[in-house]
Amino acid sequence: MSFLTLDNVSHHYFSKNDYTKALDHISFSVKEGEFVALVGPSGCGKSTILSIVAGIIQQTSGKVLLNKEPIKQSELAIGYMLQQDYLFPWKTILDNVLLGPKIHNTDTEEIRNKALELLEEVGLPNVADAYPDSLSGGMRQRVALVRTLITDPKVLLLDEPFSALDYQTKLKLEDLVFKLLKTYHKTAILVTHDIGEAISMSDRILVMDANPGTIAKTFDVPIEIRNEMPFTARRHNKFQNLFDKVWEELNKNDANTPI
Amino acid sequence: METKSDQRLFEQHKQKIKREKKIVFAWQLIILVSFFSLWEVMSKMRWIDPLIFSSPSKIFNHLTSKILDGSMIIHTQVTLFETVLGFIIGTILGILIATTLWSSTRFAKIMDPYLVILNAMPKVALGPIIIVAIGPGYLSIITMGAIISVIITTLVVYSAFKEVDPNYVKVLKSFGATRAQLFKEAIFPATLPAMISTLKVNVGLSWVGVIVGEFLVSKEGLGYLIVYGFQVFDFTLVMSSLILIAIFAAIMYKIVEKIERWLIKHTV
Repeated sequence: MSFLTLDNVSHHYFSKNDYTKALDHISFSVKEGEFVALVGPSGCGKSTILSIVAGIIQQTSGKVLLNKEPIKQSELAIGYMLQQDYLFPWKTILDNVLLGPKIHNTDTEEIRNKALELLEEVGLPNVADAYPDSLSGGMRQRVALVRTLITDPKVLLLDEPFSALDYQTKLKLEDLVFKLLKTYHKTAILVTHDIGEAISMSDRILVMDANPGTIAKTFDVPIEIRNEMPFTARRHNKFQNLFDKVWEELNKNDANTPI
Repeated sequence: METKSDQRLFEQHKQKIKREKKIVFAWQLIILVSFFSLWEVMSKMRWIDPLIFSSPSKIFNHLTSKILDGSMIIHTQVTLFETVLGFIIGTILGILIATTLWSSTRFAKIMDPYLVILNAMPKVALGPIIIVAIGPGYLSIITMGAIISVIITTLVVYSAFKEVDPNYVKVLKSFGATRAQLFKEAIFPATLPAMISTLKVNVGLSWVGVIVGEFLVSKEGLGYLIVYGFQVFDFTLVMSSLILIAIFAAIMYKIVEKIERWLIKHTV
């Protein structure tokens, strides 16, 4: 049933004089096609979870399973989107998009056409030969999205992908990402600071606690909100109710840390 | 009406830029001309000793006659050949060593103190040893030109490799890239600007290495002419060689600048 499973995952960061426990026995699972959001204070290890799932860092203990197999062997199945687009400025848009296929040695004519189609689908026709410096922030993040989708990942990891954008662009991109993920039936984990974004985009919200990072509480998003596009979901009457609950949970965790 | 005045403002702006350029160029020309005329006059009026400081007219006559009889061309060719080769070998070797350091963090840690010592050491002091080991000739002079720039290139390029934004690496790693792929797709292209700026430094360094090499042992080349002129007290010859060196070093620098503009159109 569960597609992606984290089983008692812990992680430590070591430095010269000290160590910090970033994650403490994190366990949760994600169903295929499900959209899970991680919210929590800074330093609660949200991004660490994504890095571990992506296979970029190795957890100090615990298991991460994708389709019941350890994650290491199925690296190709993960797509990772970062806070900033990190498009390579010396590559054209098309070459940026084809970075994944190039690494996997699957850069064929067919995938090239697919890249062009996807670019058009996100509203960026005719930019294939341009360089990133000639595109706006929102356009660049859309290119980064296409770069992530082109390898057809089974799981998408979104690490605050809209936080560097202006509000208007952010709302538009939320809708676009939401629509694309539903169309291609992708499983996704979104890390965000924005409670509204978490509620309007995801099916389930995991609220995390810091020092060490643990999962404090899980909220299921009501089905009515799940079926709405993020933009209209914000206007749903159940939205505010859930927002208040998540807010309260986050503040409870924060209670003993002054602002 | 409005567009017309906008256009006019733009024209005025362009005129202003053009005028500024002309003024700068005029001053540059004035400095050049007054330097050489002052030199000429001072030498003619014997305010400075013409035997030591020569004069622009003497240098010009000397250069034209020596270029016409071909001897100066041979000397220049030799030195240019040695410098360009030393420069290329030094730079490429430096980048290669930096790459091996990057490919193994442990190797880099092991090598660290040796690189610091080699960098601090004045490389021209190795001249006599190089000449004895390799033998007097082009090869040891080219080695001098290369050795003087190789360590500093290694250090600068290696630290540039380490400073590449780790998020580019993260993107590649999320695609499962190997270390060689990380280098090819992110590290190397991201550090091209740093490598080009070491090229600019290396142009100057290679000239130092080659000229010192020629001072120590050579039968041809501009460095040889300087030492020979000094020994026979022919300072017109020394000055002529100096002027040729200045001209060709500047040309090499300009070529590197051209390469830079061509290579890094879209980096950062």
